[in-house]
Amino acid sequence: MSDDLTGIAIDHLSHRYVPRTGQAVTALDNVSLTVPRNSFHALLGPSGCGKSTLLFLIGGFLPIQEGEIRTASGPVLAPGPERGVVFQNFALFPWKTVKQNVLYGIGKRGIRGAEADQRAQHFIDLVHLTGFENSYPAQLSGGMQQRAALARTLATDPDILLMDEPFGALDAQTRRIMQEELLAIWRETRKTVVFVTHDVAEAAYLADTISVMSARPGRIRQRIDAGFNRTADTSVFKSPEFIGLVEHVWDLVRDEVDEARLRSH
Amino acid sequence: MRILSRTAPLLIVALLWEAITRGGLVPADMLPPFSSVAVELVKLATGGTLLPNTLDSVARAATGFAIAVAAGTAIGAGMALWRGFETAAGPLVQAFYPLPKSALIPLVIVWFGLGDTAKTFLIFLGCLLPVILSTYNGLRGVDQVLVWSARSLGASRAAVIREVLLPAAMPQILTGLRTAVAFSFLLMVSSELIIATNGLGYLIGSYGDNGAYPAMFAVILVVTGLGFAADRAFVALSGFLLRYRE
Repeated sequence: MSDDLTGIAIDHLSHRYVPRTGQAVTALDNVSLTVPRNSFHALLGPSGCGKSTLLFLIGGFLPIQEGEIRTASGPVLAPGPERGVVFQNFALFPWKTVKQNVLYGIGKRGIRGAEADQRAQHFIDLVHLTGFENSYPAQLSGGMQQRAALARTLATDPDILLMDEPFGALDAQTRRIMQEELLAIWRETRKTVVFVTHDVAEAAYLADTISVMSARPGRIRQRIDAGFNRTADTSVFKSPEFIGLVEHVWDLVRDEVDEARLRSH
Repeated sequence: MRILSRTAPLLIVALLWEAITRGGLVPADMLPPFSSVAVELVKLATGGTLLPNTLDSVARAATGFAIAVAAGTAIGAGMALWRGFETAAGPLVQAFYPLPKSALIPLVIVWFGLGDTAKTFLIFLGCLLPVILSTYNGLRGVDQVLVWSARSLGASRAAVIREVLLPAAMPQILTGLRTAVAFSFLLMVSSELIIATNGLGYLIGSYGDNGAYPAMFAVILVVTGLGFAADRAFVALSGFLLRYRE
């Protein structure tokens, strides 16, 4: 099922875990999903629906129990630099400056010296952190830390970008600016993106395709082609097409949240 | 101003000390006046007794501390990173932790005799446990996401230990090392008091036995000052190493 148009192919993937107290939880149940190469895919669902688990499985951080995940480099068995990750809480190395953080992954790719420096500077400029090269993460705002984390990941030139609620820890204004900038960067770099979020408008604005997930067990309930004509800024939030899409997606998510609530009572 | 407010409590204690002893509230053989302790301190310092004994003591404390740091970080890291090693070493560490290490002085004399080795070994034992525990806890407490992040950037498992786990655990490791610095002074003095050949603990004991109380107090002041200076120096070093934390 995977060809050179396929970015990520997930085939009958299930995942269970046993919490410290209590019974085994089926986090993902028989999930199949194909993300076309160079497209932006959002995993949308209520908390506890397994969307982060799915992302971490694609990242190779959790062992695959059942099913398979393939990328252009073959089946996913471990973390790899062809799959870059951006985490909700940035996961910057706090003892390294912005530039040192960005240089870390570049160095792991075997690039050193002036070439590495130039490359780091290019991506620091791209995320608009020029002038903060020598700042430590603790000296930066949340939005700036996530810019640094994005630069660090992009600088290793991964084919695939995995983003786990990357703007979830940011205030509303910063989040919107980051969404616009991410879209602009994505247009320029055309990575295959998997973007986890519980924000319907965020998914509708950013993604080509959206998977709406249900909770316990985590399943993909519906796949939506957002496929609407995005401009580079969030002014589209006011357009009737956008509002219609958000309403449609929101209805699906609301059903899931309601069901999850009923089941938990 | 800051220096004045910092040292004011010390000056007040010194003045009170002088006042109650000069005023006859406390007999001089229980607490000699501060001024006579100060005079004795100058005599010891200029008379060539203080410096060699201080150097002996500091060398022992530093050696014991350094070996404990090397061994303790290795053991703590081994426990944090390899389950099998944790299973084997964990119960030993837990059993050994609450034991006052000075209780082992007689045994250590039997093992190593009355030389430097016995005292250095006791200081090493005293420093070892806080280093092991802080290294273990520090490494165990590192955010999983930091490790994942490094792995996805292309770091090998071995590189993650050196480049991510150790620096991420450093704040907690340094807290343990600071405790170990204090323990090194504790074990230095108590071992020298009992295995009395030379050193500051030996001086305190022998002046005390001979009723030379001003001299004894003078040496106690030296130990206090050294301990304080070592702690301050360590805090400054930590502040430098952790300067990335705003």
